[in-house]
Amino acid sequence: MDYFAQQLINGLVLGSIYGLIAIGYTMVYGIVGMINFAHGDIFMIGGFIALITFLILVSFGLTAIPLILLVVLLVSMAITALYGWTVERIAYRPLRHSFRLAPMLSAIGMSFVLTNYSQVAQGARVKPVPPIITGGHTLHEGAEGFVVQLSNIQIIVVITTVVLLAVFTWLVSSTRLGRDMRACEQDQTMASLLGVDVDRTISMTFVIGAALAAVAGMMYLLYYGLVDFFMGFVAGIKAFTAAVLGGIGSLPGAMLGGLLIGLIETLWSAYFSVEYKDVAAFSILIVVLIFLPTGLLGRPEVEKV
Amino acid sequence: MGDRVSATPAAPTSRAPSAAFIFKKSVISALVALVLFSLMIGVRTEAGSDGQLTFWTRFGDLAAMVAAVFGGSIIIELLRQWWGPVDTAKVIPAPVQNAVSLAGRFVAPVLLVFTLLVPVLFYNERYVLDLGILVLTYVMLGWGLNVVVGLAGLLDLGYVAFYAVGAYSYALLATNFGLSFWICLPLAGILAAFWGVLLGFPVLRLRGDYLAIVTLAFGEIIRLVLINWQSLTGGPNGVTGIPRPTLFGIPLTNDDNGLAALLGIEFSPTHRIVFLFYLILALALLTNWVTIRLRRLPIGRAWEALREDEVACRALGINTTTTKLTAFATGAMFGGFAGAFFATRQGFISPESFTFHESALVLAIVVLGGMGSQLGVALAALTMIGGFELFRGLDQYRMLVFGMAMVLLMIWRPRGLIGHRAPTVFLQRQQAISSDLVKEGHG
Repeated sequence: MDYFAQQLINGLVLGSIYGLIAIGYTMVYGIVGMINFAHGDIFMIGGFIALITFLILVSFGLTAIPLILLVVLLVSMAITALYGWTVERIAYRPLRHSFRLAPMLSAIGMSFVLTNYSQVAQGARVKPVPPIITGGHTLHEGAEGFVVQLSNIQIIVVITTVVLLAVFTWLVSSTRLGRDMRACEQDQTMASLLGVDVDRTISMTFVIGAALAAVAGMMYLLYYGLVDFFMGFVAGIKAFTAAVLGGIGSLPGAMLGGLLIGLIETLWSAYFSVEYKDVAAFSILIVVLIFLPTGLLGRPEVEKV
Repeated sequence: MGDRVSATPAAPTSRAPSAAFIFKKSVISALVALVLFSLMIGVRTEAGSDGQLTFWTRFGDLAAMVAAVFGGSIIIELLRQWWGPVDTAKVIPAPVQNAVSLAGRFVAPVLLVFTLLVPVLFYNERYVLDLGILVLTYVMLGWGLNVVVGLAGLLDLGYVAFYAVGAYSYALLATNFGLSFWICLPLAGILAAFWGVLLGFPVLRLRGDYLAIVTLAFGEIIRLVLINWQSLTGGPNGVTGIPRPTLFGIPLTNDDNGLAALLGIEFSPTHRIVFLFYLILALALLTNWVTIRLRRLPIGRAWEALREDEVACRALGINTTTTKLTAFATGAMFGGFAGAFFATRQGFISPESFTFHESALVLAIVVLGGMGSQLGVALAALTMIGGFELFRGLDQYRMLVFGMAMVLLMIWRPRGLIGHRAPTVFLQRQQAISSDLVKEGHG
């Protein structure tokens, strides 16, 4: 039971990271109707920028951990958001009214570009960082000496996710930008007739998605203590799986999907085999789509003739 | 249409941006580049021998990159001005159009004759022959995937899975049971087709992007199983010592019952390469021939109908289940053949060869080829693989260039290099339709 509780905690933390990435997929899909294949790599870039900012700040002699974390968070969000904007501007906007497969292939190309860009720029080796946030709390001590631990970094990941999710839900439901986004999601032509700047709204969607991916990248760096140029691919597919699982286009769905994928992966590794954890996550995606083709919280797609 | 054409000559002068505008735009691009590259290129991190991360600055590289972006965006703006507005209709005079379509009719036969002559012309250039084999392998894969994506309109991002199934089928059957290539080839095709049906069943109800992600997941599952099922597949080490193909039982080796000895000619290792070249050419042409024939059968018509409109398809009484499954099975079977060939050519296979990158490459070939055009796929494979080889010297920058080329080609020709396809069914007169008018399927 204690073992299960510990895995539950680990799974929820991992799921929060997946959820943050999944939000970027689900928003872009909701508005533009395309899979942003480069999003996983945006997440990876976010991790790299967080790492570099952290190194620079430490070399300047900063020691206050909360201050460092805040600066790292803001810098990586800002620069990664600009990456998101640039990717949209270069690779997707010229293909906005093209046929459906074109932006998708362009996105796959962009994903190759970003992966290899960071490989060339930062080298192919894994970059480890020493644990920045240490310590934790013992929640429960089992009879056999098994201890359920909740580390501080896990608390930080979950709190950051919850706060960002709250801010983001508010942004989409109660601001002008959010209203524009929802309008574009429903009908771009009508929205532009009513004075919504569609191009700008779509750009902002990419910017927000990239900023959230940067947070996820930083959390990944803090939690696992490493980044490498290839981590975006698998994390990206899993986050997309999460978005589909939760019902693509739905924000709470993305978070729910992320948590589920995180839990499935952790529990599978704990009770069955570590090697097949990705196989488990993908198989569950396939099984869910057979029985619930629109995901858990998605709206059924109306078939128009 | 008429007023749009007449307005064209005046457009470049009235819409030409001023020098100040270009300058401003380039400065903005350079600033964006500065922020983007500031940390990723300006700072280089590396783990030292003691596991500690160190970093050093590279402001020279950063300045060079920003300057390159600045210069590049000026050039792009000037080119754009010279090229004229993108969306004006460019009228091609009828004689030119006729000449182009006449030339187009000769491209395929000329290309085929040239391909047949490649081993004769380049007999002493091993590199060209190897490259030719590689290109033909991708032509075959492209034609195979074309059945699924181009004809049936089912977006498949996991095609490499069937390639892997074919390769491992041959490798395992040949190394464990000593079966010959010619027995294994159909078996590999059948097994791959079986996996195609297996994948096809769960995704029957899915459309478009859901289908794409499930096929991607399927491709990854196959690769992960190949890596982890060590007792069967050898895991990451792969399968070694896969037998070379024989000319229907006659080995191409330097011994007494080898082909060279039987024919009484001097042995040369090039014989095997030439044999492999014609083998893959035959397999690719088989794929092409089967596809062309299938397109004229009811099942091929059903595929194309499915691509254009699934709902209408069902209303007309076409069984979409069997239509989709046969498309998956046929495409997968050709992937399996290509995989078996790959295994016998390499003599060694490992899961490394079957990554998502391969699927993306083959899909890019199909889309660039114009989704459904057989000749287009062949030309796209030649362009992509040939271009990929040209940049071999660039080493680690190669994938970077490849990705950029993919983005740029999509922006330049979103509909593929050959932007039209001939309808299989026509009333009085056969006419090429621009693929802009043809909808892609939604799975």
